[in-house]
Amino acid sequence: MAHPMMATLERELTLYRRLWQASVFSSFLLPLLFVLSIGVGVGSYVDANGGLGGVDYLSYIAPGVVITTAFQIGIGESTFPVLGGFKWTRSYQAMRSAPVEPWHMVGGHLLYLMFRGVIATIAFLIIVGSFGAMHSWWAPATIPVAALVTVSVAGPVTALAASIVDDSYFSLLFRFGVIPATLFSGVFFPVDQLPEVVRPLAYASPLWHGVVLSREATLGWPTPWPTWVHVAYLIVWTAIGVALANWRFRKRLED
Amino acid sequence: MTDQSLIRARGLVKRFGDFTAVDGIDLDVARGEAFGFLGPNGAGKSSTMRMIGCVSTPTAGELSILGLDPVKDGTRIRSRLGVCPQLDNLDPDLTVRENLTTYARYFGISRAAAKQRALELLEFVQLADRAESKVEPLSGGMKRRLTIARAMVNEPELVLLDEPTTGLDPQARHLLWERLFRLKQQGVTLVLTTHYMDEAEQLCDRLVVMDAGKIVAEGSPRALIETYSTREVVELRFGESPLEGFRDKLVGIGERTDVLPDRVLLYADDGDAAVNEVHRRELAPSGVLVRRSTLEDVFLHLTGRTLVD
Repeated sequence: MAHPMMATLERELTLYRRLWQASVFSSFLLPLLFVLSIGVGVGSYVDANGGLGGVDYLSYIAPGVVITTAFQIGIGESTFPVLGGFKWTRSYQAMRSAPVEPWHMVGGHLLYLMFRGVIATIAFLIIVGSFGAMHSWWAPATIPVAALVTVSVAGPVTALAASIVDDSYFSLLFRFGVIPATLFSGVFFPVDQLPEVVRPLAYASPLWHGVVLSREATLGWPTPWPTWVHVAYLIVWTAIGVALANWRFRKRLED
Repeated sequence: MTDQSLIRARGLVKRFGDFTAVDGIDLDVARGEAFGFLGPNGAGKSSTMRMIGCVSTPTAGELSILGLDPVKDGTRIRSRLGVCPQLDNLDPDLTVRENLTTYARYFGISRAAAKQRALELLEFVQLADRAESKVEPLSGGMKRRLTIARAMVNEPELVLLDEPTTGLDPQARHLLWERLFRLKQQGVTLVLTTHYMDEAEQLCDRLVVMDAGKIVAEGSPRALIETYSTREVVELRFGESPLEGFRDKLVGIGERTDVLPDRVLLYADDGDAAVNEVHRRELAPSGVLVRRSTLEDVFLHLTGRTLVD
């Protein structure tokens, strides 16, 4: 007998089979265009000055951009799709009438996003690998890192989406959360270049921890803190996020 | 509690903050019965249905569904229920068939069995030719039928229908009633809410009228009419207004008079005799209609004519 959590995952996958074309641009093409234009274009200037940390600029940003993609899938797919599941399609209310508990719904959603993060990462690694941006046999370790980053941010955002009725919070989240995190979490330049006062913000961002882990995998660069600390930080975000999301789902569906 | 009683409630209460939606109701619904909740908007019908569907926790009182406690065994109860909610919550991006197979999986039904069941149910609700269509372009009636098919996917013992035909055209309503009647013949217990009197008369063996969170009457449609109305109603129209002055002139005719802005209703067991008496008093109505009492008369008598919302 299928577990109800697997049944909710199946629903998401069935939907994805219908709608995947819509995500190809944001999940595959956009990051690729990004890494090629900045990595190759801007990179030619950076590399003319000796590269960054001993590698060419494309190799420097590729592990960062791949984690950013996972980060953005985790957040983006937990905003409108989750709010819509309560407010527009009411699919969560439909599940609730069946023997599906809130934690099954949260679990199925996060498993689905892990899947999304993983396939985006695999496709990306194969392509940038063919440009010679992978410098270590550990590069496939980027895949579980991307999966972990996806769920670490998806949890809290899912909890937010389950708590609100008005979607204007999402534009605040993108403007003051996602965009600054993408720009200042060490994806395009080392965090050391930031003024000392704002550096803690980068350290607080799950994205930065994912990026340094990803660079360890693709470039063999040692992480600033021990590897397990970065992993543990992402696990803590995941655990708290899942707990919050469970709580908010329960609140929203029960009265 | 006998094995026959699927739903049993005693002093059931649901409060939201200061607002009491359901104010201490008693219910017994037997297996195989078609049971209706009738009442104006805000009477507490949907709140009661949500408690029966184990998605809302009672504030006070006793409730048992299928002999189980909804607070402790909500999941087990829900696995044996079919729910057709007031607002459609089909997956608009999935096909008609996928809506059924996906939902079947929530009940732990195998993929093969879900596929088979979807075929049968689409046949049953006359949507087999739309199986591969998306949900979005379906008409309101088709969506409702699909929702009912979805509620049947786990072969439930008890089906809850919250205003199943609201917003549908007459053809769609009649088709739906016919399908629900067939379910009832198969022995499925139906519990529905409605504010359509004809729907209640068509479908329900027994019903309760709710008003302001309380049950104000209970019985079969026929018994309710016998208890709360007369056998016939005479509708009198007069060329003048206001009609309030006719109240005194009609005293003694029938059991009760209801003066409306456009007509006067005379409740009498013998409508023709009442009309004769009206003419004998030379009141000269411009229009006379004698008709049988309906549930609507009962409903308006019990819940009043004032708009609630």
